[in-house]
Amino acid sequence: MLVSIYRYNPEVDDAPYMKDYQIDLPEGKDLMVLDVLNLLKAQDPSISYRRSCREGVCGSDGMNMSGKNGLACITTVSEAAKNGKLVLRPLPGLPVIRDLVVDMGQFYKQYEKIRPFLINDTPVPAIERLQSPEEREKLDGLYECILCACCSTACPSFWWNPDKFVGPSGLLQAYRFLADSRDTATQERLGELDDPFSVFRCHGIMNCVNVCPKGLNPTKAIGNIRTMLLQRAT
Amino acid sequence: MVTQITSFGRSGLYDWMMQRISAVVLSLYTVFIIGYLLLHPDLTFDQWSALFETTWVRIFSLMMLLSIGMHSWIGLWSVSTDYIKPTGIRFFFQALCGLLMFVYIVWGIQVLWGL
Ligand code: SF4
Ligand code: SF4
Ligand code: FES
Repeated sequence: MLVSIYRYNPEVDDAPYMKDYQIDLPEGKDLMVLDVLNLLKAQDPSISYRRSCREGVCGSDGMNMSGKNGLACITTVSEAAKNGKLVLRPLPGLPVIRDLVVDMGQFYKQYEKIRPFLINDTPVPAIERLQSPEEREKLDGLYECILCACCSTACPSFWWNPDKFVGPSGLLQAYRFLADSRDTATQERLGELDDPFSVFRCHGIMNCVNVCPKGLNPTKAIGNIRTMLLQRAT
Repeated sequence: MVTQITSFGRSGLYDWMMQRISAVVLSLYTVFIIGYLLLHPDLTFDQWSALFETTWVRIFSLMMLLSIGMHSWIGLWSVSTDYIKPTGIRFFFQALCGLLMFVYIVWGIQVLWGL
């Protein structure tokens, strides 16, 4: 199998380049892309990439596999390869630190902006803040996000304005706290999102939905935020 | 004029709403004009100018003009902030768009009212 990998080591390379590797994969077994990378790393120890859990939980091995963002550990080679060739690149739009490792700073900055924690200024109850099953249900499809950045780095609006547009992942989380019955900062949070960039740069292209390895739907969450902003204004 | 209302960091919601509303006005106007032309295949100049004499058509047309101005301003402003990174060129582009919108609106009013 032919595997083409984006290589860039700023300490020695003037410019990034694609390097081809030939590798024999075991018969009758559909490996994950991460397994292939591990095999290649045995061949060429200089290949750099992030990974940790190897089961789609930690979100560290997001990368672009033959043109589509995803987690290497839960994407099979047969899914990712095109015409018998596997092309691996770093997540698009973020600065490359080395090979498949990107600088997620911009992405986390947007996450930080939406204040991803419960804000509640009512007196702390003796035991815990209760939530009805219905209220809890509203968080389904939101809290599962693992911050892998596959979605935001697939979003053209995020590519062009990563400093101003919160991006699908951040907005999904923004809605997660807007929708939480235990959070009392809803109005404040909405106020922080009501500029022409943070939310409204989303043009509903739905690249984010297309790539999310957790099957989440940021576009829908963004639509909900918009509705909340509309309700607040009228 | 239009440039003052929108897109200078005020409310994104406002821009977004304007974009939707103007889109509705524009599509209604398109349907109206095409419908009228289809219903009057042998349209004469007198009929056509009589149509634009009526008050409601003028109001509708003015709404359409303002919608075009707003819609294209918001749209082009967005496009320019996406793709034109050097501030100087972006400012020039936006100023040009703003001026063009303004010219079209004034010109359109002149045409409508035959001033
Ligand atoms: S739907 Fe919005 S957030 Fe998702 S990829 Fe498209 S523009 Fe980006
Ligand atoms: S929404 Fe999905 S793709 Fe985006 S960061 Fe969360 S898990 Fe990853
Ligand atoms: S290694 Fe943890 S998500 Fe892939």
